Amino acid sequence: MKIETVFAHPSDWLRGDGPHHQIVISSRVRFARNVRNHAFPGWAKKAERSQILELIKPQVDDLPEMQDAFSEYMQELNPVDKQVLVERHLISREQAAKNAGSAVVINRRQTLSIMINEEDHLRMQALRSGLQLKNVFKLLDKVDSALEQKLDFAFHPKLGYLTACPTNVGTGMRASAMVHLPALVLSEQINQIIQAVNKIGLAVRGLYGEGTEAMGNLFQVSNQTTLGEKEDEIITRLNQVIEKIIEHEQNARQLLLQKRIGTLLDQVGRAFGVLTHAHSMTSKEALNLLSFMKLGVDLGFFPDDHRPVIDELFMETQPAHLQKSSQQKLQVEERDALRAGIIREKLKQFPEPDIGQKPESGNGTTEKPDDE
Amino acid sequence: MICDVCGAKESSVFLTEIVEGKMKKVNLCESCSKAKGVDDPTGFALADLLLGLGAAQEIEKGSGAAQRCPECGFSQNDFKKTGRLGCAHCYETFGEGLNSLLKAMHKGTNHTGKVPARISRLLERETALKGLQRDLQKAVAEENYESAAQIRDQLRQLEAPTESAEAK
Repeated sequence: MKIETVFAHPSDWLRGDGPHHQIVISSRVRFARNVRNHAFPGWAKKAERSQILELIKPQVDDLPEMQDAFSEYMQELNPVDKQVLVERHLISREQAAKNAGSAVVINRRQTLSIMINEEDHLRMQALRSGLQLKNVFKLLDKVDSALEQKLDFAFHPKLGYLTACPTNVGTGMRASAMVHLPALVLSEQINQIIQAVNKIGLAVRGLYGEGTEAMGNLFQVSNQTTLGEKEDEIITRLNQVIEKIIEHEQNARQLLLQKRIGTLLDQVGRAFGVLTHAHSMTSKEALNLLSFMKLGVDLGFFPDDHRPVIDELFMETQPAHLQKSSQQKLQVEERDALRAGIIREKLKQFPEPDIGQKPESGNGTTEKPDDE
Repeated sequence: MICDVCGAKESSVFLTEIVEGKMKKVNLCESCSKAKGVDDPTGFALADLLLGLGAAQEIEKGSGAAQRCPECGFSQNDFKKTGRLGCAHCYETFGEGLNSLLKAMHKGTNHTGKVPARISRLLERETALKGLQRDLQKAVAEENYESAAQIRDQLRQLEAPTESAEAK
């Protein structure tokens, strides 16, 4: 599979059809693994690194899950292509900075991606839409079990899987969910949530930025520790916490609807107004406004069948995706103009926000049948 | 304030994070903050960095004479610089210092999760061998030669496959 094919098809996890997809964008699990008797990638000399790469890559390419996969050496990818893969969460920024001696293999549906010679010899991750950590774990566990028959993983009976960084030793597993929490941010409860989650050994981070500064009201919740707890225990605990966060976000949304409907309508209305009329927009502004559009769809201000347009825009307005779609090198101002243009075009068919429970009778525009 | 990572340049990035109820602070100069990916919130955890910083000191305390990993030549200084280890064997080389560090950073000090099938078979065999050896000694001590003979046969059976494998 070629890189153009990857770009032409949006990742499966972006389709937004998983469980609890209104609040949980995606679930991700990654394992860190190293092969025995070789230095970790950061310490290995160039020759050893390529030796490790040639040992691992054929085995990864051979996996049944990787039939018709995208498989490439990092030096073969240009910076924009790499950045697109980063924006799709298919490779890490660290891997994007690598060249000769490292590689990436991504399955056709873009739900499974395996980085070779990142910080560890193998960084494999599975990624799905919505809250389905258990399914994601199962997929990755299967892949790991297949690989361990071919590759001799560095494993210590007491310490578990040995990793370059001691923070990953043990299971080598990081499980995480990307959550969209606009109501908790609007009602200023988000910092309390972050602190509570931190207290029980899980981490919450802004996906782009920290705390209340988080852009697009997007956060990532993940396990902090990897040693002393079984994989399924970590997943179960994380799952419980995320279900609680969903509950809090839903309550906060109800509360806003009941007590601060004015604020809510103002935010969604402004987002709609600016997005449909702006001629220059930074990716930060776009993320923040799209977040309120997404909330608007969740709350029924916009018809549900318009949801995919918003979900796609989250990705298409990212810098490298823009760059890729324009086929030429863009200056910052050009990029902001192009971004605004794409958004205006995509939202052309978008109906005005429907306030629903109108305070006064109005003139029945909401019930108008679409007979045009 | 001096940078906590390189210890040389003036720091311009000040970070605070609450990890499991404890407030942690770190000061970084501009180049170290870039090198550690502080500007990349998705890939960066202050906790990792802090643990990395503390780790170097812990390792120094623990390892004494073993300054370099005999397998890969990695040294404590390298760990200080990168916060990463050189190879799997470094976990043995710097074991003592690492242990107290792992205790501080994780839930426990023993892995309880997945074990590669190949190793799990090896471990099972090893446990079985040890158990049988213990039984054998006990049987001999009790002068129970009949059961000692049985145990010895079981031991031979268990030991057989590896010997033939090693002979090849």
